[in-house]
Amino acid sequence: MWEYSEKVMDHYEHPRNVGEVQNANAVGEVGSIVCGDALKLTLKIDGGLITDARFKTFGCGSAIAAASALTEMIKGRSLEEASRITNKDIAGFLGGLPEEKMHCSVMGQEALEAAIADYRGVKKEVHKEDEGEIVCKCFSVTDQKIKRVALANNLHTVEEITNYTKAGGGCGACIPKIEDLLEEVWRGESARKAPGGRLTMVQKIKRIEEVLEEEVRPILKRDGGDLELIDVVENKVIVRMMGMCQGCHASELTTKGLVQEKLRELVDPTLEAVEDVPG
Amino acid sequence: MSQARVYLDNNATTQIAPEVLEEMLPFLRDKYGNPSSAYSFGGNLQKDLERARDRTAALFSCHPTEIVFTSCGTESDNFAIRGLVDAYPEKTHVILTKVEHPAVKNQAPYLRKKGLRVTEIGVDRQGRLDLAELAAAMDNETLLVSCMLANNETGVIFPLEEICRIAKEHGVFVHTDAVQAVGKIPLDFSRLPVDLAAFSGHKFHAPKGVGGLFVRRGLKIRPFLIGGHQERSRRGGTENLASIVGLGRAAELAAGRLGEEATRVRDLRDRLERGILRSIANSEVNGDPEHRVPNTTNVGIHFIEGEALLLALDKQGICASTGSACASGSLQPSHVLRAMGVPFTCVHGSLRFSLSTYTTPAEVDYVLETLPVIVGRLRELSPFRSLREIEAFGA
Ligand SMILES: Cc1ncc(COP(=O)(O)O)c(C=O)c1O
Repeated sequence: MWEYSEKVMDHYEHPRNVGEVQNANAVGEVGSIVCGDALKLTLKIDGGLITDARFKTFGCGSAIAAASALTEMIKGRSLEEASRITNKDIAGFLGGLPEEKMHCSVMGQEALEAAIADYRGVKKEVHKEDEGEIVCKCFSVTDQKIKRVALANNLHTVEEITNYTKAGGGCGACIPKIEDLLEEVWRGESARKAPGGRLTMVQKIKRIEEVLEEEVRPILKRDGGDLELIDVVENKVIVRMMGMCQGCHASELTTKGLVQEKLRELVDPTLEAVEDVPG
Repeated sequence: MSQARVYLDNNATTQIAPEVLEEMLPFLRDKYGNPSSAYSFGGNLQKDLERARDRTAALFSCHPTEIVFTSCGTESDNFAIRGLVDAYPEKTHVILTKVEHPAVKNQAPYLRKKGLRVTEIGVDRQGRLDLAELAAAMDNETLLVSCMLANNETGVIFPLEEICRIAKEHGVFVHTDAVQAVGKIPLDFSRLPVDLAAFSGHKFHAPKGVGGLFVRRGLKIRPFLIGGHQERSRRGGTENLASIVGLGRAAELAAGRLGEEATRVRDLRDRLERGILRSIANSEVNGDPEHRVPNTTNVGIHFIEGEALLLALDKQGICASTGSACASGSLQPSHVLRAMGVPFTCVHGSLRFSLSTYTTPAEVDYVLETLPVIVGRLRELSPFRSLREIEAFGA
């Protein structure tokens, strides 16, 4: 028997925001009935604000609780704030989840990401990170997802990876491969490498430009903002916020959150984004 | 809402019968001697030990010397398989089924490591063993087929007579894990030619931590627990006398309940099962309804997940079990249901109810009132109501 917190039991017994938002403009569907849990999240986004959020879930008690908690956490929040919610935040909101059930919180975060991507119409790009190569055939988990979740949650063992992503929890044939991936992720934490090996400065700047163009600017433009790349000095990426973003009290969050996260994820995990404040 | 406990998980374990407890108590209080001792305070207890053996043998229509007491069903299964494998090192092949309890199933890696070949025979959609596959798997290296009598999850009974006949034709020994059959269906080892059979006290109203192995007279087998001369040197260790006495009494009670009482339990089970199928759309029975122990039903409830069901039932005081992955922490649904090819729409939503002689009609009615409400609530939450919705999901 699982030891669920009172909050988990409360959300399981009295789930909030069940159903589907009428005229939703953001829909995220993740998981599958084959794997044993699935979540459909529907949102109404209005002027950059999540005005309504509802869910339907197929899954165990903690999957239901995590989905219910997620809707509570994002309702009334700006997209910007919501997009920074992690699986750890969901588990924390519930007063913790049993380790073996952490994948329920990961599913919540993924549904939110999928819904936001759907809203932004960049489904393909945002999901690119999870394309990669399928490592765990039983639960269709890719190497990219394993690496991403390992980094985000500081996971070092196969067991932890299984708890958070299910990978390795089926036939177990992929366990050696997961070990290799963990080795790759944590090998000499100091000497972190960008995906695809070390980049020259020219390559790095090109990649940064690409990422800003494809991954960041479309998002800012939705909210009437924009940004410009000013310079790259060692690992500092200097950007200038423009349009609605300029002088916005959340621009610092945008730089650190969105810009830096994307650059770290897709170019080099040691990059730092700094805002160039015009004098 | 009533909060009395309704215990319908008797395949997991059972309550100790009051008559059993009564007979055990003196052995936990005053009669604490060691049956191996030379003085009467201990030595006289041999009589109680042998009486328990007689009563157990009577349930199986076998000779008392064919009963070896052990600590549990798991030990008995280990004893049977390893004891036989060690006694016949020249034989290199063992056959199991895909639906064995972990007490048998998880010996496969051990046997393989020892250099043996292990073949696991499959079942059909109803959980019936593929006898043709079984016969085809036997060759002259085959030592043993270990095949459960009744399945703990579905209650499906394997045709052991037929299996023995096939095995004997090939000179292969038969061990049966009878843990879930004892006390539920008649067992007659004077007619059924199995070589070994495992049983466990706590599945038929004796305490936990006592079981036994039927070993046919003349069978060559190595002890599993090597030690003193107890159990005619086949199982070392000072006897757990109080529990063995309890097991003997439970065997006697079980023998008296195989007739009319089994029919009463079967009728209750059928009433529960029919009621569920009638009141819950998209539900179906997992397992061959014709060849099943009378106390067990396993129903697949489509589009919802089993652990969520159990949590809700628990809130209403109902104890049942599920083959869902989430309840066990294994991430994979039950290996039994997977071996049967239960569709993915309900493999995560299986519920097992297992009744006992103490189950009442009122308890069954209470479940029938409660379950549809719970299922309705969880289906409201589910994104799936049909195969079409499943196919469209995430596309
Ligand atoms: C079919 C079967 N075999 C073996 C066992 C193991 O018995 P024990 O719990 O006494 O070790 C069980 C108990 O769950 C069982 O159902």
